Amino acid sequence: MEWDILIRIFPQVLVDGVTLGFVYALIALGYTMVYGVLEMINFAHSEIFVMGAFVGAEVLLIMQASGALGSIPALPLLVIVLAAGMAAAGGLAVAVERVAYRPLRGAPRLVPLISAIGVSFFLQDAIRLTESLWRNAFFLTYPTIAFFDERIRLVATVDISVKSLTLIAVSILMLVGLSLFVGRTKLGKAIRAVAEDQATAGLMGINVNGMISLTFLIGGMMGGAAGALFGVQYGTINPYTGFIPGIKAFTAAVLGGIGNIPGAMLGGVVLGLLESFAASYMSLLSGGAFGAEYKDIFAFSMLILILIFRPRGLLGEVVREKL
Amino acid sequence: MRNSSAAIPTIRAVLRRPPVAMVLASVYILGTGALVAGTPRSLPFFLLFIGSLLLLYYLQLPAWFKAVGMGVTLALLMPFFGTRNGFYMEVATQVGIFVALALGLNIVVGLAGLLDLGYVAFYAVGAYTWAIFGSGQLLKSWPQLSGIFPLGGGSPTGTAWFFVFLLVAVAVAAITGLLLGLPVLRLRGDYLAIVTLGFGEMIRVLANNLDHPLNFTNGPIGITPIARPPIGPIQWALGALGIEATPAQIYPVYFYFIVLLVVGIVITVTNRFKNSHIGRAWEAIREDEPAAIAMGVPLVRMKLLAFAAGASFAGAMGVLFSAKQFFINPESFTFLESIGVLTMIILGGMGSIPGAILGATGVTILNLQILKQFSLTLNDWKNAGVTILGYNLANLPPQLEPAKYERMVFGVILVLMMIFRPQGIIPSRRRKMEFEEAALEKEEFAAEVVDTVEPKAE
Repeated sequence: MEWDILIRIFPQVLVDGVTLGFVYALIALGYTMVYGVLEMINFAHSEIFVMGAFVGAEVLLIMQASGALGSIPALPLLVIVLAAGMAAAGGLAVAVERVAYRPLRGAPRLVPLISAIGVSFFLQDAIRLTESLWRNAFFLTYPTIAFFDERIRLVATVDISVKSLTLIAVSILMLVGLSLFVGRTKLGKAIRAVAEDQATAGLMGINVNGMISLTFLIGGMMGGAAGALFGVQYGTINPYTGFIPGIKAFTAAVLGGIGNIPGAMLGGVVLGLLESFAASYMSLLSGGAFGAEYKDIFAFSMLILILIFRPRGLLGEVVREKL
Repeated sequence: MRNSSAAIPTIRAVLRRPPVAMVLASVYILGTGALVAGTPRSLPFFLLFIGSLLLLYYLQLPAWFKAVGMGVTLALLMPFFGTRNGFYMEVATQVGIFVALALGLNIVVGLAGLLDLGYVAFYAVGAYTWAIFGSGQLLKSWPQLSGIFPLGGGSPTGTAWFFVFLLVAVAVAAITGLLLGLPVLRLRGDYLAIVTLGFGEMIRVLANNLDHPLNFTNGPIGITPIARPPIGPIQWALGALGIEATPAQIYPVYFYFIVLLVVGIVITVTNRFKNSHIGRAWEAIREDEPAAIAMGVPLVRMKLLAFAAGASFAGAMGVLFSAKQFFINPESFTFLESIGVLTMIILGGMGSIPGAILGATGVTILNLQILKQFSLTLNDWKNAGVTILGYNLANLPPQLEPAKYERMVFGVILVLMMIFRPQGIIPSRRRKMEFEEAALEKEEFAAEVVDTVEPKAE
């Protein structure tokens, strides 16, 4: 066994894992916020994420077609792409809640979940249909932006691309901003109150439906940002891209303790790291018998093990059973 | 309903008279049958013909007449049309396979209330059980096994081992169901759903990757050729009747009858389960788990039994599917398939056996026939340059293939059913009673308690 290889690739795997982890963390926020407020798994959140990725791609592709792409500096460009992706995804999330979840509030738990699965499937094909009509292709490739592809040398053997660095920086900024918003502002307090007890919050004069919409808006915007950043980072997207990252982000949310915002961030980064290490080291350690192709199984097994042995996650409180 | 004009009750009353209903049903079956026989490529006529099963179900008829009617429709007319238009046989066989899958999932989701989003895993387990042992697959890694029947498979006249493995796959799938059931016993509701989803994906990833270090599943390439059931006795019987038929002509009808037989067994078993103390225990768990425990329902045993029973149906159908297709690969066992089966039972009505049958038939025909037909028609229009609402269809981009939008269909069905009719098209009698009872209780409650207590979910 070449131990020095394992040690040599370690920092690079670490960097990749952290990058992936922040993508998961941003998506996980959408799951965890909605679960915190409504106690439902927003199964369509993975498509909200994809929506952000597609809108980001469209913005860049249209700019590329009009020749504007080269003339705008990289950072304003990133802001435009993120803003577009976040707006579209946030709007979509609010619309989905209004149409498919609100009529079902108060129904048995599985009913909104099944509706959410339906929305998820519908959106996948709706995106495909739109792109097929509009562009005659539904596999999109993000235009390369030279600035983001530059690599910065951290130490002798480790480098990180500017886009990964941007992704990590933007994610941290958003996560901190969201924590402050939910923890320190009046609206954040109102959201927490609705999560605690809808009826009482309503009696206290809080607009419950408004707060639920706001939760979906914020979660959707985070998902949309994750989508656009994902597109810039990994390049190609299609309408079905969201499924696996969605499930993994949900795993991250559960890992951190569902309903818990810092938990989602922690869970995302931990899962990203675990997955990155599993993907790189499993193949080396097993002599090529089991490789990176098992990383999904690894993540799913993690999910099952957490749910069985520590369903409240790393940071979660004890879940009380409502009867 | 009753307050409308007097004519409606009269017509209903007339229809309730068995002789009238019998004549009506016979005329309908034979009439639509004649239409299909006359124009074997017409989709509307075929759908009308399938509708005769619904008619038989809804009309008030003596049990023997229903049985004869279904027998004539399914065992005589359908294979007859199948020999005229092979596609119908394919559709009918697929419908049968999905009916069995829907009934299996119906036990887990509909009766026991455990939302399983990875049901297709058991189907995959069954399919791979036969594909691995009923083909030359294992010889690739272990050539020394070549003498052992049925390994090596692929004989053009089929092998009787098929029937042995039908039972083996039932057992293997049931054990897989137990293995899944054991760790998730404590989970409820949506967490259970996500874990089963993960389980389904894990089985697919395994099938995709177990081609190394030892080649079990041949990875994404899939396994082919897979052995088929023995054809010898059929050929002999047909020969005795003086009919010459090639295997290519016999197999579609043969598979149809095997599927029909298995579906019959599955329906009987489900019915027996449902009307036994086991079925009542399942429904008690679904409605109120703590109350069920308090009343002495053995929770662990009943939940595991639900998983095992549901899985075993899928296992049997997997064997049939792999033999019928001649070829399987992991692509046939995706999350999409699981949701497809779920859509069927949601559409028909969770916990309802006729509902599951109706849902499976409807969704499969929608997928196989209506979407494809629509796609073809659209293509024809496009080539002809038809203009609709000022839009020339010739401008439609070629990437647009309407036949590929089954997810959209499933999605729309799921959302609409959840919002407007969560109990399904044909709700089970107990479910319906529960809904009525709940409404009644609500009224009484509102009358007794003036104090506004918001009734909370669960």
